[in-house]
Amino acid sequence: MSLRNIGVVYRKELKDSLRDRRTVISMIVVPILVMPLLTIGMGALMADIIGKAKQQVPRVMVLGGGDSPQVTSQLAAAKDIEIVPARPDYADEISNKQIRAAVEIPPGFDAAVQSGQQVTVKIYDYEGDLNSELAAKNLHKFFGDYSDATVRKRLESRNLPDSLITPFDITEQNVAAPEKVTGAIIGGFVPYIVILLCMMGAMYPAIDLTAGEKERGTMETILSSPVSRLHLVIGKFLMVLTASLASAALAVTSMGVSFGIGKHMLMSMASGSDANALQLTVNFKSVLAVFGMVLPLAVLFSAALLAISLHAKSYKEAQSYISPLTIVVILPAVASVLPGVEMNAHLALIPILSTSLISKEIMTGTYHWKYIALIFASSCVYAAAALGIAVKLFQREDVLFRT
Amino acid sequence: MIETRQLGKLFHDKKRGEIRAVDGVTFRCEPGRIYGLLGANGAGKTTTLRMLATILEPTEGSATVAGFDVATQAEEVRRHVGFLSTATALYARLTAEEVVRYFGQLHGMDDSAISQRMDAIFARLEMNEFRDRRCDKLSTGMKQKVSIARTLIHDPSVMIFDEPTLGLDVMAARTIIGFIRECRDQGKTVVFSTHVMSEAEKLCDIIGIIDKGRLLAEGSLDELRSRYRQTDLEEIFVQVVES
Repeated sequence: MSLRNIGVVYRKELKDSLRDRRTVISMIVVPILVMPLLTIGMGALMADIIGKAKQQVPRVMVLGGGDSPQVTSQLAAAKDIEIVPARPDYADEISNKQIRAAVEIPPGFDAAVQSGQQVTVKIYDYEGDLNSELAAKNLHKFFGDYSDATVRKRLESRNLPDSLITPFDITEQNVAAPEKVTGAIIGGFVPYIVILLCMMGAMYPAIDLTAGEKERGTMETILSSPVSRLHLVIGKFLMVLTASLASAALAVTSMGVSFGIGKHMLMSMASGSDANALQLTVNFKSVLAVFGMVLPLAVLFSAALLAISLHAKSYKEAQSYISPLTIVVILPAVASVLPGVEMNAHLALIPILSTSLISKEIMTGTYHWKYIALIFASSCVYAAAALGIAVKLFQREDVLFRT
Repeated sequence: MIETRQLGKLFHDKKRGEIRAVDGVTFRCEPGRIYGLLGANGAGKTTTLRMLATILEPTEGSATVAGFDVATQAEEVRRHVGFLSTATALYARLTAEEVVRYFGQLHGMDDSAISQRMDAIFARLEMNEFRDRRCDKLSTGMKQKVSIARTLIHDPSVMIFDEPTLGLDVMAARTIIGFIRECRDQGKTVVFSTHVMSEAEKLCDIIGIIDKGRLLAEGSLDELRSRYRQTDLEEIFVQVVES
């Protein structure tokens, strides 16, 4: 094994790749921009949408209530809803977003409330639509307050205290450390992004250094030089791995910066008590540990992508092989974020999913050393196998000269 | 020196089955001589030369290049060979100097030796004007010069040219033809393949006519003319292939 030759090939590939716009975009630009875009950009967009929705006074239809002037007059006076005339096609109006919600007041509502009879008020909304759900929430609040006021009046008329219906208060207090809270909130998201970018970063260099070389006619040129195919493939592999790890490292750095800015934005948006509750802290030791767990995965991605791209005759063909692979990476990464998917010995052997699951745990500050060792070892085995396949393929004439 | 003995190459194709691209080719080329492999497209020229350059491995027979066996001493063979074909392109994103330096490094040369050798080659081929220009910004003629410089950087004793003028304009082709002659004059062993009769007539000391993987006739131009009682090489070629 000549480290000198591997170094010569690696340095040339690095120089060549850094002059390739596609590689620079996938290796440097995307990882730097994706986190701020996802966190700050999406966060700001969501805050804007929610803010606007909250500011808007939703149009609401009141169905019935003709014989209950007390409740209808109070509804009409409510500031956070706008009453529109009732129509029989209220369901269509809600579905078409002409109105945001409707409330059905049963006949004899006022009289029933007076006499202490139980009646049901029905709220119609568009589930999943933010504006409609906010309108329904406003209606809920109105009728909740109306119900409380009615109870208070009844107690008052019987000279009974308010505490009769609320014998005690309930409060919640978080006891978990801020990094654990943060880990639970974004724990699944961070490894998912790092894993995905690890693959995305390796994708273009892997294609460029194999199928790209075949297409441009430089493969035969390099094969006529005295460098052995083993040194050649290792030099190329190291370049792809560099791109993969650089993407992941830049994503993590960018994530740290975005998180800091995002947290600042959230704190400034949150009101007093909410701001105190918002103790978001990322433990960078955990982020580094996640990066460590992703290392063998980056080796696996780099070697596998190199081997697959080598099979292709052209850049385009390689892209068509590799694009579906993105789903193969995304699916297990997404599966790890699903509720109820917990780590066990079997899952620990499934690449990507296992790394994603354990990284989620690490982000909350929990280190299951047995699983970490098992996952790291199994990922290393898969990575070595993929690298072995890539090296073998580089010896095969039918692959190198596939026409 | 190049020597092949019953050299053969069998490819396995999923659709077409076994394909014998080269079949029992035996020839010898001495230093200071040019051996021309003359054949139509698909005759087996490229496969033969790729085996000599150790890019492909022979499945039958044997060959030695500069005294080394192509099957068992491939890296040594490549150290002594300069291989140039229209398929050997340049790294578009590297400059002319970077490409040549890269190949010097791959041949195990140190930086000062590369610089010294590169200066001499660049001056001889009048390349200094564009040595810092990226290869994708070079004209076809300039690219050919960079390719020549790449094959010469390690001063190989054997030169293998696979249809080196294919697709080139007259001026670029003349540069290559001149370069091949120069290699012979410097005492290098030269093998080149072509399907252009005039090129073979102009350059070759020995011509080998190859068809369907088999070497059908061999000799100097004068020998072939007297053997087949024809003066025109094209007529000789047709007669050999059709017989």
